Amino acid sequence: MPKFSDLDALYSPDAKVATSMYEDPDLFKEEMERIFHRTWVWVAHESEVPDKGSFKLSHVGLEPVIVARDRKGVLHVMVNRCRHRAATVCEVKKGKTSSFQCPYHGWGYGLDGSLRALPYPEQYGDDFSKEQHGLKRLRTESYQGMVFATFNEDIEPLTDFLGPKVCRYIDLFMKQGGGFPVKVLGEHQFTVPMNWKVQLENTTDAYHFPVVHKSFMQTLDGATEDMFDFLDKGKGWVEDLGNGHSVMMMIPELEDLDANLDQPIPERFEGLAEELRGEGYPEDQVRKIVRAVGGAGFNLNLFPNVSFSLAFFRVLTPVAVDRTDIRHIAIGMEGGPAAANRARIRLHEHFQGPMGFGSPDDAEVWERVQRGTKGGEDLPILVNRGIVDEEPGELGPRGHISAETGMRAAYKMWKRMMSV
Amino acid sequence: MTATKATNDLALLQKVSAFIWNEAALLDAKDYDAWLDLWTDDGMYTLPIGDTEDFDNAVNLCHDNAKMRRDRVGRFQRGFAISSAPPAETVRTVSRFVITRVEGDEVTVESAEHLIEDKFGRQRVWAGNVTHRLVADGDSFRIDAKIVRLLNSDGMLNSFSYLF
Ligand code: FES
Ligand SMILES: [Fe+2]
Repeated sequence: MPKFSDLDALYSPDAKVATSMYEDPDLFKEEMERIFHRTWVWVAHESEVPDKGSFKLSHVGLEPVIVARDRKGVLHVMVNRCRHRAATVCEVKKGKTSSFQCPYHGWGYGLDGSLRALPYPEQYGDDFSKEQHGLKRLRTESYQGMVFATFNEDIEPLTDFLGPKVCRYIDLFMKQGGGFPVKVLGEHQFTVPMNWKVQLENTTDAYHFPVVHKSFMQTLDGATEDMFDFLDKGKGWVEDLGNGHSVMMMIPELEDLDANLDQPIPERFEGLAEELRGEGYPEDQVRKIVRAVGGAGFNLNLFPNVSFSLAFFRVLTPVAVDRTDIRHIAIGMEGGPAAANRARIRLHEHFQGPMGFGSPDDAEVWERVQRGTKGGEDLPILVNRGIVDEEPGELGPRGHISAETGMRAAYKMWKRMMSV
Repeated sequence: MTATKATNDLALLQKVSAFIWNEAALLDAKDYDAWLDLWTDDGMYTLPIGDTEDFDNAVNLCHDNAKMRRDRVGRFQRGFAISSAPPAETVRTVSRFVITRVEGDEVTVESAEHLIEDKFGRQRVWAGNVTHRLVADGDSFRIDAKIVRLLNSDGMLNSFSYLF
């Protein structure tokens, strides 16, 4: 019998969230087991481990993992914990290696986590099995370069978990490679004193945008400001895509970056277009690249820890009930024009990260949610906005652009996973 | 004139120290308009991530030309940015000045910065290595480049409502 048997009291059928959802350390522990230990969790983009022997450190829930590419090019995700006495075998954030050697007593592991050698093995006797003492490995699958891992051997294949609609949106999102493969260019990382669900709620929350990001909007040119004014135009929507995933379509004209390529080039990208023409790119490719640089017109939120947001990946890592690490990963075009990647990086720096014109304001309101949680424990948190005029979509309801439909999608999945 | 290691030029050291201390005082006082006036027109203000030197092609915490600096200051001043209204209070110390290069009317100075921020009743400490490229301007200088390499710049940070 799970301790939290009355899940309706935590997330009610009329979309109210109990304050303890952000605060209860026992509930947090339960979430780590029932959710982060059982589902597909995003760990890396393939371009972060490009070569044989490339690795990077990541997390699945609270557990530190290593993502590594072996000599055959196969990706492995394994727990960063020596099987002898638990020391981490790697503390380098990313790099290239041929093996991992534990610094404590020297056990050596291959890129696939297998135990290769240990000093003076005789003392373990003849029946010691190296096969059974490799690093703990997780099931690993990727889609469109996005690498996910899970402790759950019985879970459905990744693409089934995502479903065809999510896969379609991922395909559309990756078109911002502008015809080149998508590649990670760098990242911003910051930690916020808040529960992980506060950030999970945020990626499909259009309602906050004009309020929290007013100061960002004020630094845009007229046409760009108009484009970000998606709440007033009201052409967008938010849709529940099943399994806790959701999409927020802010700028429907930019749903498919390959469509309407004959549209005029926005003023803010004219300089870039000129530069690309100067480098000899043909006009149709210039248009395609320039359009890709601006990013996709939507945010796609995947339960429980990664989202595709306009032009970057946002990853959350729960650390404690009231602490969450956030990464904003800038992406660009592998082998594409340097000028286009530079333009994307400058756009990324403009909004994202510790000194961006947007992220600090997000971080401040998230922290304020956590601080406010201390008051009025009996007051519920409302995620019922827009429930009144939701329409049925293909897999779940579809609501107004400012509706909290995406949060309800996530909490529905949260409830499902917490109940089994 | 050839580049020299000029740490022994005490008069120059005193002059650049006074300039950088004044800059630090302006930043702590949030006197951002005066801070903007310290810059050359093409000056770049950069907080890199990790040890890259190729700032243009890397993701930085910020990499500001004159327009971005003005926009950033405007954001702090207009009162719409919730993270800056109110902003954290800061007290910083800049020290350990070493002049690493003197060429013509350009001086490159390296220093250490410690900054303590206070907000929501909690204090946080940041440290960074700073490089200033200063250009002589009359009796004083203008900043042509300022690079602040925060400790742990490629690790987990928090958001900043002030400048380094
Ligand atoms: S803890 Fe790793 S070898 Fe002993
Ligand atoms: Fe936001």
